[in-house]
Amino acid sequence: MKLTKVLMATSALTVGAGAAFADGHMASDMTIVSWGGAYQNSQLKAYVEPYLEANPDVNIVWDESSAEAVAKLRAMSETGNITWDLVDVEAADSMRLCDEGLAMEVDYDQLAEGNDGSSAEDDFGDSIVSDCFIPQIVFSTTVGYRSDMVGDTPPESICAIFDTEMYPGKRALNKRPLANMEWALLCDGVAKDDIYDVMATEEGQEQAFAKLDTIKDDVIWWTAAAETPQLLADGEIVMGSTYNGRLFSAIAEQDQPIGMLWDAQMLDFDGWVIPEDLPEDRLARVMDFLYFATDTQRLADQAAYISYGPARASSAPLVGKHAELGIEMAPHMPTDPANSKNVFVTQYDFWADYRDDLDAKFQAWLAN
Amino acid sequence: MTDTTSQSGPMLAADGTPLKKSLHRAQRRQKVRALMLIAPLLLFILVTFIAPIFDMLLRSVENDIVPDTLPRTVVALQDWDNASGEAPDEETFRAFYTDFALAEEQKAHTRLGSRLNFEMSGISSVFRSTGRDVGKFDTDYYTDQFVDADEVYEDPVQWSEWMADDGVASALPQTADAYAGWVKVLNEEGDDPLDEDIPDFVYTALYHDLAAGANPPVLPSVDVSGWDDISLKEQFIDSNEDWADPDIWATIKAFSGPYTAGYFANSIDLQSTPEGFAQRDEDERIYIKLFIRTMVMSLAITGMCILLGYPIAYLLSHLPARKANLLMILVLLPFWTSLLVRTSAWKVLLQNQGVINDILVWIGIVSDDNRLALINNANGTIIAMTHILLPFMILPLFSVMKTINPSYVRAAKSMGANDWTAFWRVYFPNSVPGIGAGSILVFILSIGYYITPELVGGVDGVFISNRIAYHISSSLNWGLAAALGSILLVLVLGLYYVYDRVVGIDNVKLGG
Repeated sequence: MKLTKVLMATSALTVGAGAAFADGHMASDMTIVSWGGAYQNSQLKAYVEPYLEANPDVNIVWDESSAEAVAKLRAMSETGNITWDLVDVEAADSMRLCDEGLAMEVDYDQLAEGNDGSSAEDDFGDSIVSDCFIPQIVFSTTVGYRSDMVGDTPPESICAIFDTEMYPGKRALNKRPLANMEWALLCDGVAKDDIYDVMATEEGQEQAFAKLDTIKDDVIWWTAAAETPQLLADGEIVMGSTYNGRLFSAIAEQDQPIGMLWDAQMLDFDGWVIPEDLPEDRLARVMDFLYFATDTQRLADQAAYISYGPARASSAPLVGKHAELGIEMAPHMPTDPANSKNVFVTQYDFWADYRDDLDAKFQAWLAN
Repeated sequence: MTDTTSQSGPMLAADGTPLKKSLHRAQRRQKVRALMLIAPLLLFILVTFIAPIFDMLLRSVENDIVPDTLPRTVVALQDWDNASGEAPDEETFRAFYTDFALAEEQKAHTRLGSRLNFEMSGISSVFRSTGRDVGKFDTDYYTDQFVDADEVYEDPVQWSEWMADDGVASALPQTADAYAGWVKVLNEEGDDPLDEDIPDFVYTALYHDLAAGANPPVLPSVDVSGWDDISLKEQFIDSNEDWADPDIWATIKAFSGPYTAGYFANSIDLQSTPEGFAQRDEDERIYIKLFIRTMVMSLAITGMCILLGYPIAYLLSHLPARKANLLMILVLLPFWTSLLVRTSAWKVLLQNQGVINDILVWIGIVSDDNRLALINNANGTIIAMTHILLPFMILPLFSVMKTINPSYVRAAKSMGANDWTAFWRVYFPNSVPGIGAGSILVFILSIGYYITPELVGGVDGVFISNRIAYHISSSLNWGLAAALGSILLVLVLGLYYVYDRVVGIDNVKLGG
């Protein structure tokens, strides 16, 4: 009896000491999950390297698993062994992770205020699509075309996708319903404001598929965003959808004969989520990093390496020139006024609810 | 031997124990030693192969989340008739309120919503929107009333003493149940129930207990007869009108057991309706079609591998060793190259403006505006996968052909058979075990392939594995992925059985 008491007292002491230790202490290792490629490089240059300079004792490990982040986080949570500290995901995935209780809800007061004094929450504004999401960039899904294959009349409207008489040839589209169904309805005469209401109905979905039917034989469906620029460069397709940053690098960095449309671009966000149940010392490190990495200046810096817009409103005026090419980046941002005359903002609530259903219908439509 | 021993008593070993026993012991020792030798491998296979497969099979029927998250609702729903065309009664909504408030505390309601959304689209948003509202229900009225009546009702320490009292707990069953649920959630989150405010739903349960005429000891008496009766059904429907829709409740009821056949039904294109499982609309059926396509295309790929691999293996086994070795390296070289590199190479070769089409146009076989569609369809998958899997056909064929004695064919010829007869009647039957082994390898590998079809298969060249991958990594519908995987496993085992009956598994040789 006595022994147990002593044991219990000791263990209580140890636990207490551990907690006290964690309070003032930050882990020195941090695993960051991202997408690899040019995007990860922009993160490295804009805020990871500066952060490491200021904190030389920190060791950062990269994991390029963002594409499978949702499944992997779920597996980690089931085994109770969370090896990631900070994960870069698309907005839609952040909703899923938040819903599943796999990502932590964020207290936006712990992030840096905008340089104009606005609170982080106001500064991010609409880009906070779920309680677990710390936005970094705005990107858009838009259409690029082969400028030497469209004659003297380059397309100006998104509906060029459906105009196979004017622009014969294959087109590449994303192998999922998102964006394709919105564009189909828009080009079938549905008013932009009504699109999601129409798409929620059975008839509306049929209408969208019927419109897509008209080009079904002319479409190459992509699953990786890099496919479209490659297919354009090879002359396999006359036009195709992809992310605006990919088109920017094909046009500005690789000088390909490609033009791009900003009409009816689908705006989307990408940002951080923090896995649920991180130990305190690791969480403290992550919050310290995030305070630095998502402030106004750092997000603006990122735009010097990739043509995605900063998610903070206060960062926009600070966007400068491309780090290597020296061209002004602002006109290449999806949020630039000249580019955003006709914009779709992806309706995450709609897609969270209808994703499984519409995906099943879309796949069946593809297969039939 | 046995006769002699039975006549003269048990035969004894040198140390005096009966020989039979001694032999047994020696054999057992040997068995244990053999077992110890394979133990690491056995353990490895158990942990990394058998256990995951078993876990996967289990996932395809597991449905704990519904009864675990909504235990009170599931019980209350048993009396509800889902053909009534109306949402359940107030009683059920009370149980649901307690369940839902507790689930919201743990953020489990969103997870449950996503799970039920697999069965009925739109449920997820109903759960999420109500999750935001459930803390703002008008039931704080009860909290205020109780605290106004006696301030001691606000004290969590007092509550914990009351609830520890058996007399109180049995007099107030709903309250005790709600309180216990709340304490459990707090304990799981590491919070102390003695420091936290008692939530509205516990006061609500207390009101309902007292309104039903309970007369608990210890608690300060409160007369609740004049209080407003807040309808929880209305609260839920105000929050989201879909709670009035009986279909939602039918779905919850249909999937309220700890196990479900729903995932398997989904994977053969059935859907759950209030009347049981029914076939999906024609334009929503995909899985059976994909299973059939996977089988047919895998067979086609196996056939192509036999046609292309047989002559090569024949050549290899009949050439002098030096030349054969050189050729063998050529066969193995692509085998050592990354799968992705090979598949990407096929993209360059096969695409419309690719090497093969360019050559065909240049020769004049096809016209420039009529180029062959060799990629992003079933052709692409068959071509690329045949190439990738060819070594798996050639290697077993080669090793079997190496062992066929050349004197058989010479003997046949010396007896008057022509070249063809000697080959077809003598050589070919001897090489069948190699074909069998190669076919099984190629077929089973191709049935589970997914990277190559994904990259070159377009729309009509993808396999069932691509859907499984989608449900694992993207839609998070692991139950459906597990059900599809289980069906695939059963199909492969079934085909193996048929193969065994028709060809005989003893006729399969991987080498001499």
